[in-house]
Amino acid sequence: MSTDNDKANDTGSAPLHGLLAEYDNPTALVRAAEKVRDAQYEHWDTYTPFPIHGMDPAMGIKPTVLPWIVFWAGLTGCVVGVGFQYWTSVIDYPWVISGKPFWSIAANVPIAFETTVLFSALTTLGAMLALNGLPHPSHPLDLKRRFAKVTDDRFFLLIEARDKKFDATDTRALLESTHPAVLDDVAEDRVTSDKLPTVILGALAVLTTLAILPFALAYKARVSKSDQPRIHLVPNMDNQPHIKAQQESPIFADLRGMRGDVPGTVAQGNLQEDDHLYRGKLEGGAWARTFPKEIAPSEQNMKRGEREFGIFCAPCHGLSGHGDGMIHERAAALGQGTWVQPTNLHQDYLRQQPVGELYNSITHGVRNMPGYGHQVSVEDRWNIILYMRALQRSTAAAPTDVPESERGALK
Amino acid sequence: MAATIKAGAAEVSAATSGLNPYQGPPVGDNVFAKITQNVSRVMEVPKPPRAWYIAFGIALTLLSIFGACLGWVVWEGIGAWGNMVPVAWAFDITNFVFWVGIGHAGTLISAVLFLLRQNWRTAVNRFAEAMTIFAVACAAIFPGIHIGRPWLPYWMFPIPNQMGMWPQFRSPLEWDVFAVGTYATVSVLFWYMGMIPDFATFRDRSTSTIKRAAYGLVAMGWRGSSRQWHRYERAYLLLAALATPLVLSVHSVVSFDFATAQLPGWHTTIFPPYFVAGAIFGGFAMVLVLAVPARQFFGLKYIITIKHIELMAMVILATGMVVGYAYGMEFFIAWYSGSMYEGFTFQNRAFGPYAWAYWTMIFCNVVSPQIFWWKKMRSSPWVAFIVGVIVNVGMWFERFVIIGTSLARDFLPGSWGYFIPTPVDYLTLGGSFGLFFTLFLLFCRYLPMVAMAEVKSIMPEAHVAHGDHH
Repeated sequence: MSTDNDKANDTGSAPLHGLLAEYDNPTALVRAAEKVRDAQYEHWDTYTPFPIHGMDPAMGIKPTVLPWIVFWAGLTGCVVGVGFQYWTSVIDYPWVISGKPFWSIAANVPIAFETTVLFSALTTLGAMLALNGLPHPSHPLDLKRRFAKVTDDRFFLLIEARDKKFDATDTRALLESTHPAVLDDVAEDRVTSDKLPTVILGALAVLTTLAILPFALAYKARVSKSDQPRIHLVPNMDNQPHIKAQQESPIFADLRGMRGDVPGTVAQGNLQEDDHLYRGKLEGGAWARTFPKEIAPSEQNMKRGEREFGIFCAPCHGLSGHGDGMIHERAAALGQGTWVQPTNLHQDYLRQQPVGELYNSITHGVRNMPGYGHQVSVEDRWNIILYMRALQRSTAAAPTDVPESERGALK
Repeated sequence: MAATIKAGAAEVSAATSGLNPYQGPPVGDNVFAKITQNVSRVMEVPKPPRAWYIAFGIALTLLSIFGACLGWVVWEGIGAWGNMVPVAWAFDITNFVFWVGIGHAGTLISAVLFLLRQNWRTAVNRFAEAMTIFAVACAAIFPGIHIGRPWLPYWMFPIPNQMGMWPQFRSPLEWDVFAVGTYATVSVLFWYMGMIPDFATFRDRSTSTIKRAAYGLVAMGWRGSSRQWHRYERAYLLLAALATPLVLSVHSVVSFDFATAQLPGWHTTIFPPYFVAGAIFGGFAMVLVLAVPARQFFGLKYIITIKHIELMAMVILATGMVVGYAYGMEFFIAWYSGSMYEGFTFQNRAFGPYAWAYWTMIFCNVVSPQIFWWKKMRSSPWVAFIVGVIVNVGMWFERFVIIGTSLARDFLPGSWGYFIPTPVDYLTLGGSFGLFFTLFLLFCRYLPMVAMAEVKSIMPEAHVAHGDHH
């Protein structure tokens, strides 16, 4: 039946699929298509190596619905892009950055644009394939050896036998009137198996299993508990070669990781030459009885001293300085046998003690009291003493110490 | 069993050698078949030319070096690079922007020139699209390893996680993730869709079962039906229309990484158009670098003609001058801003410690393309190739100059520094070319290098004669 050397097919018993006409050039094909269109066939198509300009009207192909599908996909992409950003940054995880509002549309435009394009592009390819019925693995035309040239340089027209108007004689006559290079029958495909080869099925099964595996492992990790520490893929960065306090360092000859000052240098602010200010001593080594010139007995310094006394001294010595602070009261309430009551600051020996010695006690501590030099600045230690002197005066004052105008209130 | 395979192989080689593949200009009779043969020959010959093996060997060596460098960076951390405060972004981000930039010409040629109906694009668009995808693949690696913990890049994606956190969508770095991700996806779709009819050609010409199965699988049963061509062409137009604003958005977003920062030298509104022009410039140069040897060694001289090379040289000349204008305008903006830091940054760029990099960039990007004013130079493939290489060097330096010099000397002299690359830096940069060329050489050998269906469709013989209705 067929004129060329077709692939093995039991064409004798296979029903007719259609009539296939072959043409040499695009012009001949377009002319033929116009005739078949005018004869009002429905199930027919032309096959060409490249899109032919003018074929759509020649075949009467209506514009595809594809652009509308893509339009709605793009709109969906835009709504998803905007909505997702709104939901994450305003509702699910509001995150203040530099006091900016949670929702500032300009900053969300780029990602909304990208999702619009992404959705549209994926839909363009997907919808094009779906509308074209691709993938389309097997077709009766594949059995025509000549038809392989359709992707090279030959032009074909097929009218299917299932068309209502198809008639073995009339249709052949119609096609012959278009002067095809070759015209012959196409039989239905009885050769190609409908089933996928076992190899491909097996490969698909293996691939599917492998694809599920990571998700299954991740899910198991999410729902189960483990006493083991986390797995570190690259433990290298957990062990960083930096020196901790008191550790040896191979870099230095003396192997000390912690480095002292460079000999003959003083760090900024550590040059404390003034004995009076920094150590409370006079030139001969005796305790100073006056405040250093930097600390003037002013209202401001007094207030500062009161504040610092309240922070550092009052917990033990009490706000009034009688040695009855919160810590003492708590220790007394617990009946702590070893607890020694903090010193009452209103004792004569303390009233007469030089301010230099008091300064030294605050700085380095005395008896049970620890030193506060590392916590309280030099100026504030003097301010505390200034305030302490005022406190001492307040419990041992004569009526004459009260200003003349206020004395009436004492009576 | 072995005998059967041997017999089969002999049959295949006999069949392929018997093809007597046509190599010559597609004129006269059977022009369409001549195009098919010219392009398919590369895939059909039993062995590619010797130059292909040499190039593939070099590319594989570089690729191994790249793999070793990446492995070392993952193991050792990014301390393996020379990055140090103040130059915390150095080769990593320079390489990222360089490769992303290269990846722009492909979509530009495919989409923008398609919309502008520049038919000459059909000879080179497949090339350029492949180049785009491989360049974006190279680019995507760098932000991944640059984060320091390369096993956590999924933090950049909006995936529900155990921390209950989402990415910061108002950050340009996050815009980058979406822009580059979308660009890579759309480029692959565009490339693949364009190849479907050509895969069908390869399927129908293949003589071995494996090739038939492989090309048949990716051709998805394409048989050139006109009803399918109608939807296919519409889909191609839509993808082109989508890709055109996309290609402009991608490098704009990449430039936002810098432009939204407050660093002098980065903080400027000229960056988006300047980066896009630079990307087109560098991308076209890379197309020349790939197309000139490919047409030489794979016998595609009759499809990628001197005219195509000349047109691409003109694009390089034009975009090169746009880039040169941007370099000049940056100085004007720095002066006009009245900001002493801006002024200093640009003085420092041209005359500071990185002046050598700056003047290399000026020579490569502004001076060297001027040779294309002469038609004789434009129409010499190997001159075009050399200028393409020089321009690519220049475009790499442009990104390094922007990133490196701006970071090295910012506001406070106390925090200035100078970036010195380590051998790992150099080898990672060189190695990334290995990945690019390995993929490209495999593409040349196994995929349709030229869009056959498109080339055929614009030939005079493809047009339907009018008037003589029977």
